[in-house]
Amino acid sequence: MKIGLVRRSGITALLVFAFLSLSMQLRAQFTPAPAGSAFSIPDAQLLKPEALVQLLHTTNKDKPLILQVGSHMLFTQAHVPGSEYAGPGSQPAGIEQLQNRVNALPRKKLIVLYCGCCPWNRCPNLGPAFAKLREMGFTNVKALYLANNFGADWADKGYPVEAGN
Amino acid sequence: MSGIPKAIGNAPCTLRRSFTVKLLLGLCVGVSAAQSPVATTSLLHKQAPQFVRTDLENRKLDLRAYRGKVVLLDFWATWCASCQIEMPRFVAWQSQYGPRGLQIIGISMDDDPALARKLYKKMKLNYPVAMGDDKLGRLYGGVLGLPLTYLIDSQGNVQARFRGEADLNSIEEQFKPLLRP
Repeated sequence: MKIGLVRRSGITALLVFAFLSLSMQLRAQFTPAPAGSAFSIPDAQLLKPEALVQLLHTTNKDKPLILQVGSHMLFTQAHVPGSEYAGPGSQPAGIEQLQNRVNALPRKKLIVLYCGCCPWNRCPNLGPAFAKLREMGFTNVKALYLANNFGADWADKGYPVEAGN
Repeated sequence: MSGIPKAIGNAPCTLRRSFTVKLLLGLCVGVSAAQSPVATTSLLHKQAPQFVRTDLENRKLDLRAYRGKVVLLDFWATWCASCQIEMPRFVAWQSQYGPRGLQIIGISMDDDPALARKLYKKMKLNYPVAMGDDKLGRLYGGVLGLPLTYLIDSQGNVQARFRGEADLNSIEEQFKPLLRP
């Protein structure tokens, strides 16, 4: 009876130790998301990939303006058909490029931003780009939610892509 | 993904609408498969695509020259936080396992080489780094998200591909058996 109890507490201690060391390793490797990451975008403004696919087939004047605000090198390899490159949202020059592109548009225009450079919680581009458009008074801005990146969550899923500038 | 409200996707309520949506998606998938500009075939267990570049130290970087070594080919960029988390570990691996035949090669997917050069110095990378481009990206099946790391064995065959914020311990466990004792 006593031996069983000792053995059981030994196993429990071992499990607790394993759990603690694993969580410490994970914490060391996966540091918190940087400020201004895509996490700053409200959930209500996120758009799932399948919803954007439906929007791509919109033929009326409500067709959204789709802007990629990440890496140009990724954009030239593959991007959402009809989308435009608007500069990296993480850099002042990119924000300026974005501002110039949308400045003349009506503030109710549906604009879809996307990046897909890296995992959602690490994306440095979407948060600042989204904030800029809201600051400019745009009321209908969505952000395409790509959990991992454009390759895994869009291209590999078989959604349509185009290449080039 | 519970963080995204159900209303976002405008999820259809009726079966008929659901069927129409599925049909549309199916058509999209079919069309995109024919038009996709990125390679969809896996490089696993095939010869790693060859390339020759000039590295950030202005030295010739020819992948073929590393035949006989186990290569970790790491695509990164300065805007990729996950990539920078990996770098100190790569530096440590190059020092620790270099004598046993490990060679790490970095490919920066930055649009601006100056940014890559700055980080290369800041992180004190002890392995060669060259600038990538869309052509090299396509050669490797499309680099459509970072980080992305390929494990290439001493015969030049791709043994594994690690996408996104990978478990570095797992990467280490996979390349170690390929090294010289």
